[in-house]
Amino acid sequence: MVQIAATRTTASPPINTRLLSLAALAAVIATLPLALTNNFHLDIAILAGFNAIVCVGLNLLIGYAGQISLGHAGFFGIGAYASGILVTTYGWPPIAALLAGAVSVGVLSFLLAKPILRLKGHYLAMATLGIGIIVSIVLRTETGLTGGPDGMMVDSFKIFGLELYGEKTWYWVVGVVLFIAVWLSLNLIDSPVGRALRAVHGSEVAAEVVGVDTARYKVMAFVVSAVFASVAGSLFAHYTGLITPAKADFFKSIELVTMVVFGGMASTFGAVIGAVLLTVLPQALTVFQDYSQIVLGAILMFTMVFMPKGLLPTIEGLIAQRRRA
Amino acid sequence: MTMLANAPIPHGENAVTPVAAPSKALLGVENLSREFGGVLAIENLSFTVSQGDIHSIIGPNGAGKTTLFNLITGVYKPSRGTVLFDGATVSGLPPYKLAARGMSRTFQNLQIFFNMTAIENVMVGRHLHLNGRLLPSLFRLPSLVRKDREAKERAAELMTSVGLAKYVDAHASSMPYGALKRLEIARALASEPKLLLLDEPAAGLNATESREIDEVIKTVAASGVTVILVEHDMKMVMGISDRITALNYGRKLAEGTPGEVAANPDVVAAYLGTMD
Amino acid sequence: MFAEFLQYLLSGLTIGAIYALAGLGFSIIYNASHVINFAQGEFIMIGGMAAATLTASGVPLPLAILMGCGGAMLVGVLVAKFTVERARNASVVTLIIITIGASIFLRGVAELVWGKDFKRLEAFSGETPINVLGASMQPQSLWVIGCAAVLIVAIGVFFNRTLAGKAMLATSHNRLAAQLVGINVKRVVLISFALSAALGAIGGSVVAPITFSYTEMGIMLGLKGFTAAVLGGLGNGPGAVAGGLIVGIAEALGAGYISSAYKDAVAFVIILLVLLFMPSGLFGKRGTERV
Repeated sequence: MVQIAATRTTASPPINTRLLSLAALAAVIATLPLALTNNFHLDIAILAGFNAIVCVGLNLLIGYAGQISLGHAGFFGIGAYASGILVTTYGWPPIAALLAGAVSVGVLSFLLAKPILRLKGHYLAMATLGIGIIVSIVLRTETGLTGGPDGMMVDSFKIFGLELYGEKTWYWVVGVVLFIAVWLSLNLIDSPVGRALRAVHGSEVAAEVVGVDTARYKVMAFVVSAVFASVAGSLFAHYTGLITPAKADFFKSIELVTMVVFGGMASTFGAVIGAVLLTVLPQALTVFQDYSQIVLGAILMFTMVFMPKGLLPTIEGLIAQRRRA
Repeated sequence: MTMLANAPIPHGENAVTPVAAPSKALLGVENLSREFGGVLAIENLSFTVSQGDIHSIIGPNGAGKTTLFNLITGVYKPSRGTVLFDGATVSGLPPYKLAARGMSRTFQNLQIFFNMTAIENVMVGRHLHLNGRLLPSLFRLPSLVRKDREAKERAAELMTSVGLAKYVDAHASSMPYGALKRLEIARALASEPKLLLLDEPAAGLNATESREIDEVIKTVAASGVTVILVEHDMKMVMGISDRITALNYGRKLAEGTPGEVAANPDVVAAYLGTMD
Repeated sequence: MFAEFLQYLLSGLTIGAIYALAGLGFSIIYNASHVINFAQGEFIMIGGMAAATLTASGVPLPLAILMGCGGAMLVGVLVAKFTVERARNASVVTLIIITIGASIFLRGVAELVWGKDFKRLEAFSGETPINVLGASMQPQSLWVIGCAAVLIVAIGVFFNRTLAGKAMLATSHNRLAAQLVGINVKRVVLISFALSAALGAIGGSVVAPITFSYTEMGIMLGLKGFTAAVLGGLGNGPGAVAGGLIVGIAEALGAGYISSAYKDAVAFVIILLVLLFMPSGLFGKRGTERV
């Protein structure tokens, strides 16, 4: 009994690790600008941050609830264009447009989720891919509203008379939003809802017989991840000032899923690391010039072949192994 | 064993005490049938399970025992017939709604959440007693954190009560088979069911482990939970059952006390005769 | 009115034939390995690019097509050998990303070798339109439909009449049992990639005179092929062929009568409706009737 008590006190401080990792994230976000000396580097960090916000949400769906989506760029795009159109064309306050975008994406994803999440595996992949592609085609085609394939200009984000302008300001905005996204995700995972989501992944029938309405929780994960994407899209639109349908297309969706899986499924920090690495990588690969696509493709293929669980879980596994040895 | 005897099995909020009216039916199955591609896995089956009993379902492999469990717990929909639970018709309801009405089960082939720790598996079992809405979880409201901590303590108690004290901090994927069998029981109990269906809880266990499971079942029943048991271990079935229903080819072969069923010539011919 | 309808129908049939070949490719690989090969479109691209560039440098057309086809088969086998075969127990998502990685890689190589410009391949037998009941049809459309029909029949014969084909079917039904009776399951996977690559590459080279060849030509064709395969029920070969024709025709009719801007959306709207109302595809999962 004494031994049991001893192992229990050493091995179960989940709250501490949670606070510790949040503190580590805050420290990294706070000190990173010291290393990023020019606006080009800051810009990449900001783009990585936007991707990370989407991926943290998407990971709730893919990594935790075990449901694939190949169409989440569609929700990112709807958020971006909601802000673009409502603010720039109709003069809404940006925060109202952001919320309107998030609510519309929430409602849309809610309506779509129930029938779609009955599908499994490749069929679910097909359905979500279809949704994403349809959204991007609509954005490309409704030229009067969206500016068509060339995209549209978006006014800057103003709130309480303040205008968010420049890389330095946006770095902090994105940093804070990413921190909140990670905080929410960590909260959710370690809660009744989060356990229900993971149970859906583990065994749907076992979750059902102890009272988990599996359909409801799948829908929840889908909606939450879609809303994360929408909010990131809205902010992104104001940051870059120019949005194009490419930000909502199939490749963007694939890029997002790849970030989640590359970093490590069912790991919030894995999703962040995946997003950061795969945002920075193509920039770094520009030194390869014409070979950059080839190198990117090869990296994707071979990391997934040799580390199917993704980067962070593989590294954690190696560390745990070494500790045991 | 002493650990089991001393450990508190939590009483279900709605569970009746063992002294309640003796023959009140908690579960009724009426003319139940289920077809798979033209073959009847369960054919016109009727029986009742009295409150507080340990009621065993026996029969050779393929007799339809697991199908029956799936029909009762809503995993399958019946082709014909009805299931009554706690005074209401429940056939056709999805499993999670039946769970909310007080039914829970384990599985013949383990259905463990291998992506979680052992105690989290049991905490999923307490889902019905926790706030499952999105916003409180997302913002980690203090009331939710407090109830979650209670749920964790309750889960640890339950794990101890089924003999899993040393696995409280283990990850489910690192546990041996016998422990996972108990983990399923702890998870099912965590929902505080009125009726617990155990599908071959002793399958694959050695003699010592089987006896321990036997004790766990008795303790559960003594706490007022009605148990339906599917099991091949005849010694266990004969020792702990109040009533037994024998199935063969999806039909009822015999029903009665262990003594009556064991003496039934049809049962002996169809089932016990082949045992040893 | 009728001539117009027929016009749309014929152009739908032409592009639908390519979708059918791609869908069949998805199904063959899916049956052998349970992998959805997102690089399927790149096989089409390789066929189209090889035919266009080789003929431009003086190689006779049939030889150019054969070379493209052989190249694509080699690429397919390499993809299977070095990625899919080594990631057998990976999850669905991981496998999807591996094949997407492969397609990005292949497009990168193609851009390096062939450049980003559109390449033109001469129509096989001229461009004098044929009059079909008032509708005019490019001779190349006949080539596309004819080649697709021949390939589809050949694939059907291979799977139903030859020992190798039957062994591959057996593997898709029960991998372990196939292994036990001595079928080399790894080789089955390699052959399935080679076959799918050949289907894609030949499809790509016959359609190239209509669509032009460029390194990104395989993306949408591949995705539509996936749609065709799902529409027919994954792993169901005849279903994939039917799915491809349905998608092609619906697309042409949609473009003609509703809006040409939304042409590319038609396939995905159909597949969404089908998945929502008939979750296992139009033709369900009839285990025995796979190609």
